Amino acid sequence: MSAISVHKGKEKTSRETDNLLEIKNLKTYYPVKGGFFKRTVGNVKAVDNISFEIKKGETLGLVGESGCGKSTAGRTILRLLRPTDGKIIFDGKDITKVSGKSLRDIRKDMQMVFQDPYASLNPMQMVGDIIAEPIYNFTRKSKAELKKEVMDLLDKVGLPPDAYYKYAHEFSGGQRQRIGIARSLALRPKLIIADEPVSALDVSVQSQVLNLLKDLQKEFDLTFLFIAHDLSVVKHMSDRIGVMYLGNMVEVADKDLLYAEPLHPYTQALISAIPSPDPRIKKERIILKGDVPSPINPPSGCPFHPRCPMAMEECSKTKPVLKEVKPSHRVACHLY
Amino acid sequence: MSTKKMLRNEAPLLEVKNLETAFDIEGTDYNAVDNVSFQVKPRQIVGIVGESGCGKSVMSLSIMKLLPKGIGKVKSGEIIFDGKNLEKMSESQINKIRGKDVSMIFQEPMTSLNPVFTIGYQLQEVLFNHMKISKQEARQKAIALLKSVGISRPEKLVDEYPHQLSGGMRQRVMIAIAIACQPKLLIADEPTTALDVTVQAQILELLKEIQAVNDMSVILITHDLGVVAEMCDEVIVMYAGRIVERADVDTLFHNPKHPYTTLLLGAIPKMDEQEERLSSIQGIVPSLTNMPKVGCRFAHRCPKAMPKCFTVTPVLGDIEQDHEVACLLYETSIPREGVK
Repeated sequence: MSAISVHKGKEKTSRETDNLLEIKNLKTYYPVKGGFFKRTVGNVKAVDNISFEIKKGETLGLVGESGCGKSTAGRTILRLLRPTDGKIIFDGKDITKVSGKSLRDIRKDMQMVFQDPYASLNPMQMVGDIIAEPIYNFTRKSKAELKKEVMDLLDKVGLPPDAYYKYAHEFSGGQRQRIGIARSLALRPKLIIADEPVSALDVSVQSQVLNLLKDLQKEFDLTFLFIAHDLSVVKHMSDRIGVMYLGNMVEVADKDLLYAEPLHPYTQALISAIPSPDPRIKKERIILKGDVPSPINPPSGCPFHPRCPMAMEECSKTKPVLKEVKPSHRVACHLY
Repeated sequence: MSTKKMLRNEAPLLEVKNLETAFDIEGTDYNAVDNVSFQVKPRQIVGIVGESGCGKSVMSLSIMKLLPKGIGKVKSGEIIFDGKNLEKMSESQINKIRGKDVSMIFQEPMTSLNPVFTIGYQLQEVLFNHMKISKQEARQKAIALLKSVGISRPEKLVDEYPHQLSGGMRQRVMIAIAIACQPKLLIADEPTTALDVTVQAQILELLKEIQAVNDMSVILITHDLGVVAEMCDEVIVMYAGRIVERADVDTLFHNPKHPYTTLLLGAIPKMDEQEERLSSIQGIVPSLTNMPKVGCRFAHRCPKAMPKCFTVTPVLGDIEQDHEVACLLYETSIPREGVK
């Protein structure tokens, strides 16, 4: 159906193509209940038909403005949310429909780092216990072994050993995020989904955490799905970048290609909108009109056409599909 | 260049002298803003940057006299606006200035509008407070103001409630309220932090336009160095309640002198360069109750710290014209005898 699956060919499995994760036409809708009997009266199309893949050891950045569905996509891949349609292939296995014990086994290999370091750590638990819990859940190791492993993890993320006996409130935002990272590493997962891991942090602390994530990726051979709204952070972290708008993937490309030559009008506007931290650079800015429409009632055709400076008649009628216009550069736009 | 020279010779619109704002925590006063002095010239956009907890918002609240009662207070110093000392004014005198000559935009467009009144009501409230104006005129003026901040259907919107608007629209309404009486000074405290980049671009463009049309001065408080580079004429960098560096925008970004400023600039990922590692600052900002009593407050995180940094408090001194730094690496920052 989509251009990618055609491009990849039917007989090749993801194992042969070194893809750790493959997403095919993924859809996640939230039902809108209404009326006296609370029947489903509509859907919030949070993720509406996205496809991409992540190779082993690669970082894919997912950017977009609030409400574009990037977090929902991340949570659906982890199967924290039930996909409405489509396929999630992780490490050669289709995990779209798995449940129970097999889902539990898969979760060991994919972990998440959350946005808010203040809300994602249990205030009643000692940091040592927070990090040990996932290990204990899967391995039932002895207390001494657990402690040794946690100490090791604390050291890896740059926290002092006495952090083991402290509680989350005793740490600053950046340190809490390190605890969250240690917890996500505890089971030596293959894939880490980081959902806005630095957006709650100050610049100087943000750079510490970004450096740490890059170091850990090398050391543990991790694959990242890095979700963020800050384009310069995403560019720093990723190998390839996917741009989302209103539940749709509008452009996927290698990061240098995407920044040097953005093809989709939305990506162009997004990149031009970032204020540059250099007063000598005066750039031509594309100012978009209006706000992002509601995903309950998305516009017909291309979801971006009401705000697009280059909209044509066709754009309001048919929805463009993501297709490869240049090597490793896919875009969903009628201009190409 | 010519406008800059003009600004230099003009009398300042706002002058803050040795401001100290303290918070009362369990009976002890802690200075959130410690001995801060700066000026804002007419028509100038001054950016105040710093990380959370550096005192930038507390300072703006001190200027507006909006500090939480009973907890925060201005301990010493002068705030001179348009020739008048705001510190010596009574509450009723302040009320005449606040919202008229000085007004403010807050960070959270979601919470700074009252949810139970219409947009029109909240706009007219400012007008009634500061002008003799009839109901009919006020409504017309409210519509005109909404139009001037780029709202497309102002006649309908005046009768709507804040929850019916998006974040960007609410921030536009906030700006309309702030400029309703054509203030001489606008304090914008993180005006675009809660907004998406494309909406942020719209709002920044609007602020620039309004600043030019109304001939206002603007104090722009933000943590985003990109926004500062884009908007400001002059930049003040704050750290832990003190000013560490002040310069015009070009000098600050291309010739920073204070180690904190240099590290801060290196910590932002750049769009047009590819660097493997970002420079980072070890450690964290000391908390208000834990502030070092003497010496430079940045010393324990500073890679260039010398022994005297922990014992001598640097003063803000001119190292060249219009470029002030408070760092003991420079002779101008070494305090002279008898001077605090």
